[in-house]
Amino acid sequence: MKFAIALLAGPQDPSARTALRFAQAVLASGHQITRLFFYRDAVHLASQLVVCPRDEADICAEWRDFIQSNGLDAVVCIAAALRRGVLDEAEADRWDRPVANSGMPWELSGLGQWVDAMQEADRAVSFGT
Amino acid sequence: MSMKSLLIISRQPPSQHAAREALDVALAAAAFDVPVGLLFMDDGVLQLRQGQDAPAIGLKSLAANLQALPVFGVEDIMVCDHSLAERGMRAQPLLLPVRRVDASEIAVLLEHYQRIITL
Repeated sequence: MKFAIALLAGPQDPSARTALRFAQAVLASGHQITRLFFYRDAVHLASQLVVCPRDEADICAEWRDFIQSNGLDAVVCIAAALRRGVLDEAEADRWDRPVANSGMPWELSGLGQWVDAMQEADRAVSFGT
Repeated sequence: MSMKSLLIISRQPPSQHAAREALDVALAAAAFDVPVGLLFMDDGVLQLRQGQDAPAIGLKSLAANLQALPVFGVEDIMVCDHSLAERGMRAQPLLLPVRRVDASEIAVLLEHYQRIITL
C-alpha cells in the first residue's frame, strides 16, 4: 500500500517521534512511502543547525538518517520554512541571507506537493496539529 | 479521480502562523482542483469573528484570505455550532456565509470525505 505521511509539529513535539516510528513501521511491513511532507513547525526538522545535548535523542538526525537510508522523497514546505529561517543554498542565495541551514536529503518545495501526494496515496496520514 | 478532502481548522487567528497556514492548504488544494471542504471548529471558529484588528498587534488580517475562498472554488465552508456556542458567538454575525453543523452532522461529514486533515 502507498502511504503519504505529513508532519505538522516541531522537533520538540512528541508527534515528531510518533510519525517517525509510524513511517519506520510502514516500511517494515512491506508498504511504500510515496512522500513525506513537513509543514508548519515540522520544517525545523530540516535544519542542520540543531544541536542536542549528548545524552538526549536527536530527532532531527534520526529523521535525516531514516530518509537518507531509505532514499525517501522528503518535501519541506518552502513558505513555512522561509518564515522559520530554514533555507537551503538556493533560497539563501535568492533572499540574500548569509547562510543556508538545510539541504539534502530534504527538498524545499510547495504545498502542492502535499496535495498531490494525498491524491496519489492509498493512505494519507498526518501527525501533529 | 480526486479525493474529496475535508480540512478541519482548529486554530485561532491570526496570532499563530497555524491559522494562515491552514488556509494556505485550502487554497493549494483548490488550485489543484481537489474538492475541498472546510470545517472550523474549536478555537478555529474565532477566525470567523467580525471586527478583528490584526494590524493593531502588527499582523496581517486573514479576512481577505477567508473571503477569497469561494473565489478559489472552496464553497463547502462549515462551522461547528457547539464551538460557536462555547465561545458565545452563536448569535453573532460571522465574517463569511458558513453552514452551521452539529455533532451528528460532523460525524456524517467525516464519512463523506475521503481525506481528513486537522490543521
